[in-house]
Parts: sequence; structure tokens; C-alpha cells
Amino acid sequence: MKIMVAVKRVIDYAVKIRVKADKSGVETQNVKMSMNPFCEIALEEALRIKEAGLASEVVAVTMGPKQSIDTLRTGLAMGADRGIHVEATGDLFPLAVAKLFKALVEIEKPGLIILGKQAIDNDCNQTGQMVAGLLGWPQGTFASKVVLDKEKQEVMVDREVDGGLETVCLNLPAVITTDLRLNQPRYATLPNIMKAKSKPVKKYTPEELNVATKSDLEVVEVTEPPKRKAGVLVSSVDELIDKLKNEAHVI
Amino acid sequence: MNRLVSFRSKSRIGTTPCSSSFYARLLGSSIDASRTRSTANASDSLATVSRCSSLVPARTLTGSSLFGSRNGSSARLSNLTGHGGSQGVARRFCSDAAAERESMEYDVVIVGAGPAGLSAAIRLKQLCGEKGVDLSVCVVEKGAEVGAHIISGNVFEPRALDELLPEWEKEEAPISVSVSSDKFWFLTKDRAFSLPSPFDNKNNYVISLSQLVRWMGSKAEEYGVEIYPGFAASEILCDDNGSVIGIGTNDMGVAKNGSKKENFQRGVALKGRVTLFAEGCRGSLSEKIIKKYHLREKRNAQHQTYALGIKEVWEIDESKHQPGAVIHTLGWPLDQKTYGGSFLYHMSERQVAIGLVVALNYKNPYLSPYEEFQKLKHHPAIKPILEDGTVIQYGARTLNEGGIQSVPYPVFPGGAIIGCSAGFLNVPKIKGTHTAMKSGMLAAEAAFGTLLEGSNLDSYWTTLQNSWVWEELHKARNYRPAFDHGFIPGMAISAVEHYLFRGKSPFTLKHGKPDHEATNVARSHSPIEYPKPDGVLSFDVPTSLHRSNTNHDHDQPAHLKLRDPEMPTQVNLPEYDGPESRYCPARVYEYVPEESGQLKLQINAQNCLHCKACDIKDPKQNIEWTVPEGGGGPGYSVM
Repeated sequence: MKIMVAVKRVIDYAVKIRVKADKSGVETQNVKMSMNPFCEIALEEALRIKEAGLASEVVAVTMGPKQSIDTLRTGLAMGADRGIHVEATGDLFPLAVAKLFKALVEIEKPGLIILGKQAIDNDCNQTGQMVAGLLGWPQGTFASKVVLDKEKQEVMVDREVDGGLETVCLNLPAVITTDLRLNQPRYATLPNIMKAKSKPVKKYTPEELNVATKSDLEVVEVTEPPKRKAGVLVSSVDELIDKLKNEAHVI
Repeated sequence: MNRLVSFRSKSRIGTTPCSSSFYARLLGSSIDASRTRSTANASDSLATVSRCSSLVPARTLTGSSLFGSRNGSSARLSNLTGHGGSQGVARRFCSDAAAERESMEYDVVIVGAGPAGLSAAIRLKQLCGEKGVDLSVCVVEKGAEVGAHIISGNVFEPRALDELLPEWEKEEAPISVSVSSDKFWFLTKDRAFSLPSPFDNKNNYVISLSQLVRWMGSKAEEYGVEIYPGFAASEILCDDNGSVIGIGTNDMGVAKNGSKKENFQRGVALKGRVTLFAEGCRGSLSEKIIKKYHLREKRNAQHQTYALGIKEVWEIDESKHQPGAVIHTLGWPLDQKTYGGSFLYHMSERQVAIGLVVALNYKNPYLSPYEEFQKLKHHPAIKPILEDGTVIQYGARTLNEGGIQSVPYPVFPGGAIIGCSAGFLNVPKIKGTHTAMKSGMLAAEAAFGTLLEGSNLDSYWTTLQNSWVWEELHKARNYRPAFDHGFIPGMAISAVEHYLFRGKSPFTLKHGKPDHEATNVARSHSPIEYPKPDGVLSFDVPTSLHRSNTNHDHDQPAHLKLRDPEMPTQVNLPEYDGPESRYCPARVYEYVPEESGQLKLQINAQNCLHCKACDIKDPKQNIEWTVPEGGGGPGYSVM
């Protein structure tokens, strides 16, 4: 069984981000980029399934500009067997990514797709769900535990939900999105980084896959959150109600 | 997931599990006598392996089943475990090469992807191209990416870059802002007095060294250099004769209590026929090398002296921005007994670099270089430039001020020290990048000769002394030591040096006490009341630290080691009132009350900026800075 893992190149989580002067987005020039932490967890889970003998191959997939190949190489260094790079400039919104995934699934025919629950740059939390919807596959999102049963061709996923933990049983092929507590991703070792250089990476463009990536959404403006104003001490409940009504306009 | 972490090759002979962790070794604990050793001659085996690789990159991967039959070489490598018993001292310093970890071999291993390290790597590959041979070159870098730990003023003199990569402009090096003006001010609390500028920055550029190094990294990769960021060299590997044969990288995935985490990964041994140390100022492994091989004694060098530089990059109002404007100041906020000054350089894109450099031989234990820097920004001549601007990044790093008097003999068996780890910064010019790069190039030429033409590494020392680096440093040698006599004598002697002797003075001044010994006891001074940060021009340490993009995995052993864990509460606190809580620009050291009410030293290792101030300034040299897990530390991009 083949596992496809989605990995995204995002601004490193430790970097202090800034909004560009023209408010068109966040400053990404000269900023450290890394693999999305949830994607690392997804890849780690796929590798563990493969090492348990339940899968034959792990394919890492990334979509984005030319430099996304670095993220793919990190994935290969962690242990993925092959990489696929869909080279696309411009913003890729979750629906476009999901459509591209569907096109790749028709070529690769994996038995399982694992993605991170969300990317730390846009926090959409949509791509995994959309992929499952487009393919008509079952989904186990916010996974904190994954147990594959090869015989029965199903996977048990513990999901982290508001009320606690929910366990679902999915028939393969399925889509899983990973949450933080699923596992601790491994480090890419030096020898593995070297080996990764020779692992094959296939390139596609959205045109080759017959997918239109133009989105119905357009980012109009990106601004920093307003600076926190100093708190105000009120002397009575009446004054509080007055402020809530006439200043904050919340009642 | 045991299959992954075990790299033990079945074909290796003679190795037994290494029971003492490498952390124990780092602390110099007694050697585990139960280990068996093979007695084969290690250096001979190494020579055999390496001679066949003179024309072919010598890289063998042992312990990896995917690479099939390497049994011959891995058997030879297994013989590199040291002898038992006879070399107690040597083994405490160096570690066994092949004990239970993968090993990779290169012709040259370079520690540190900074200006010196990358210049050496590029020069090696250039020489290979010229002579039609090839050498495998590997650069390890503890920062998460190339440039992440690089911070410098920086007014760049392109002399060495012109020699190394003369097409740098065509190849779009991030060097575009020529110095447009050069001001020198003497500051008092309220005023700034213009003085004649002692600098000649006519053909120099205002740059971000972090960006330049990142560009150099991509150039090096184009030449075929292998660069591995995110890997920290934590041990020096030696053979039986005490020659350095490479370095070992840190184990990753070790928990705070020393146990192995789920994703534990044993470090890798990187073996080089030549190993170059380019760790920057006060390099942790370089310091060990200098001590072990008595490199300072070898040429009667004095101790190194240092300064701490604290810097911010601001994005300022368009109307106030003058690309290429260079300002240096002396005087306020530092007093007459404390050497140091500030810099303000206008970069490109409305960015301005501003910083304060404080010599670490300051006497008052209550001095806080960080707080002095915050004061500086409020000066009436500086404030208007920064007003309405925002801070983009913050950082700090120590730098060398010892000059030629403090340069150790830079060659040892198996390798050499280049760049600021040896200490080639020209203090009166306040520039060290060009000399660091040149030293890297010269060491590369010597290494090339050693590996392929039968010469030896000592030629690096010879070429260094015959180069413009030595000529420059010789002319610059008296300026800094002059100030040890005080501000006015310092200025007077400097003027005499500059205008009268023009660098040809017949005497060489010596440095005073080592920095850590210069600190007076707390009772001879009183605490300094620093103003509270206003959040607009001045900030508290946590806010600044956040801007350095510093991060370390919290669940790892603290990389700042105390040789004597009781000393902080027994000496540092009572005698000096805990100066580490003030000179550390990252608030790593804090004295917090325990339940009993007693104050105890708390080490917030996660904050560390890797500046090395504590390693230098701790009065009893009790704090030892060692490398944390690779990839941690600051994330400089425009510094």
C-alpha cells in the first residue's frame, strides 16, 4: 500500500513575523522557512506505518514555488521514498490544493493520505477535509492515535474533539489529518540528508494535472492585530454597562 | 522505533556499547575502563583510507545497510578507538571516533558556516577546479540555517571578497549600499560633539553580514561544498597520537534529565583529513584546542580580550533614512573607565543597524551592557532617527579585541583555526570580516597543499604572517591596549599612533588583566539604577529576545554547564552580586528565591543567544558554554 503525505513549506514557527509595508501579506523575504510542524507529524506517522510493514512506500507531496523543493528534501531526509513537487507560483488556497491532490491520487493510487491538520501560516484546517470530500473517501481528522489493520483494510483513528476523544473506524482508502499529540517527529540525520539528495522527485504543474488554481478568494489586506489598549477601571456596574453600550457597542 | 536509532554496523569489530554518555565525557568524568580497545595503529589505517581518496571524494558511510559492501573500510575505521589507559588526559579531551555511531569521511571538515568557514570551503573547491582534482568538503553549522547565527555591525571592506569571488557584484551578492558619509561623535548625556573621523570607509559598504553569508553559502553549494545546518559540532575526535581527525555532532533527542527521548538520534562522527575550526569568537571547540595544544604559549601570545556587542535593526521613517550613512560614537553612556562605543549604520530598504559595543574588561559588576544600550537610544542625537520606527531584529555577540598580541598559533596536528576563533578583528577599524575571510582562504591553500602536494599545514602560519592581514593587524595593535590606561591616555596614545607613528611605532603595548579578572567585587560599587523601558525606543529583555527568533527545544539538558554547581551561590552572588544576571543579553541567568528564601541561580538555557559573554566574563570561569542541540539558537536574517 502506498501512503501519500502532504508537506507544506511555511515560515518557521520560531520566527517573529512582520506584515509587509503595503499590507499585501506577511514578509517572507529573508525569513527562515521550514516544514509545517503538523506535516512533520504526518510524515512521521506515515514512516512508522511503513516501518511496521503495513505500507510499501511513502510519497511526500509538496505544492508551491521552486523553493518548496527544500521542504521536500527534508521530508526525503526523514525517510520518505519519493517526492512529488507541484510547482505553482501565486497563492494556493486549500480548494486548489485539494483539487491538485485529487489529480495526483488518480495517478498514484495511494491507499492512505495523511496531512497535517492545518498549516501554521494560514491556519485554514480545510485541505484534508476537502481532499476527502472530493475523493469521496472517509476522513479521520485531528488524529491523536492511528492504528492500521491491513487484514481488514481499515484504520482506527482517535480524534481530538471538543468533548474529549472520539474513535472512528475508516475503510481504506482514507484521509487522515494529524494533531499535535500523535507522535514526536524524528530528526533528519546527516547520512539521511545525504541520501535524500539522490531520491527521485517528480515535478508537475497545475496545467499538466488539468487543475485551475485561480481562487474565488482574494486577500484584500493583511494588518497586524490592533495594539492592546490599556485597561480601564470602572467604579460601578452602571458605569460598566454604560461603557459596554456606548463605547464598546457590544450590548 | 529501535531499528532507526541503531547504527551499529555488524561488520565493525572491537567496539562495545559506549556506556558513559557523551555528556559525561564533556564534563571530564573518568573513562569507562570496561571498554575494550583494539590496538591497531589508528593513524596508519586512516592514511590508507585517505590516500586512495586523493583523486576521488573520500566518503564512506559505515553502518548503513543500504550502502552494501563497505566492510573493508568500516573494519579499518573500527580500529580508531583509542588505546586503553595510557592516554587518560588526551581521552578526556578527545572522544572515541567510532564508538557506536555512524561516521562519514571527508577530505576537509569545516566547523562553522560563517565568513571564514565558507571562504575556506570555496577556496578549496576553486583550487580543486584549477588543478583538475577533487576534494570532498563538508561544513557543519549549528544554526538552523546558514546565516542564522551571524550578527555583525557591518561596514564591509570587500578586499578579501574581491580576491575570492571577484564577480560578486554580477552574481548579485547582497552588497549594494556604499558608505555615503562617515561621522564620529563624542556623546555626553545631552549633546553630541563631532570629531574628525579616524576611519576610512570610502570604498566600503554597509551590509547585513547574515545576508552576505547566506549568499556565500549558496555559492559554496554551487561549487559542490556540502553544508549541513542544524548540526552542532560538540566533540573533537582524535587518533592515538593525539592528532585531530574530525568532530562529532551532538546527540539529538536527549531529555532534560539526560534520558533518551522517543526521537533520540545519536550524533555522527565527521572525519576529516584536515579539520578547520571556524566557530567565531570564543568558539567552544576552538578554545579546547587552544588549551590542549598550548597554542598561545607556542607563540608567546597574550590572552584574548573581548567586547560584547548588542545590536538592533530598525525600520525607520523614509524621510530620516540616508542609505550608506555611518555614525560611530564614543563616550556616553559609558564612563571613562569603560571602553566601548556605539554604531549606527543606514542599510538598504529603510533599515538602520544600531548597536553598542562594551569591552568586557569593565570593572563595575553592576554594569548591564543591555541597559546601557537602551539608554543610548534615548540620546537626543539618536532618538530622532529611531522615532516612529519599528525594531525588526535584536541580537548580541561577543567579539575579539585582542588583535595581534592575542592570536594563538593557529595550526595543530590535524587542522587549523580560522576567523574569529583565532581572532583577526582589526579593532581600530572595527572590522573583522575581511581578515576572517582571508584567513579562511589562506588555510584552505595550506590544506590543499597538505592533502595533495606534500606540504604541511604550518604553511598557513607563514602565509598569514606574509599577508595583508598581518600587516593590518600589526599597524592596529596599540590602539586598544592604550585604553587600558584610561580614556584620555587612550585617546592620546591613539592620536600619537595614528598621526605620528602611522603604525610604525617601535613598541607593542600589552593587554591588562583578562576580562574575567577585571571585575571588581560588588562592595566597591553600588547598584546602577537603570530607567524603565518605554516600549517605544527601549524595551525589556523578553521583548527584545522575542525579536531575535531564538528558540531551543526546551526538553534538553542545559547547554550552559557549571564546573562547580555551588560556585554561583558561594562566590558569584556574595562577592560580585551575580553579574551574569546583568551582562547576559538574553536573561539566561536569574537568581530566584527558593522556598527557604535563599537565592539560587536559575539557568534559562532556552533564551541563549550564543553570544559567549558568560563563558568570557564569569569571574571564576565557572560557566562553560557548550553547544546545545543543533538547530537551536537565534534566527538572524538581517543582522
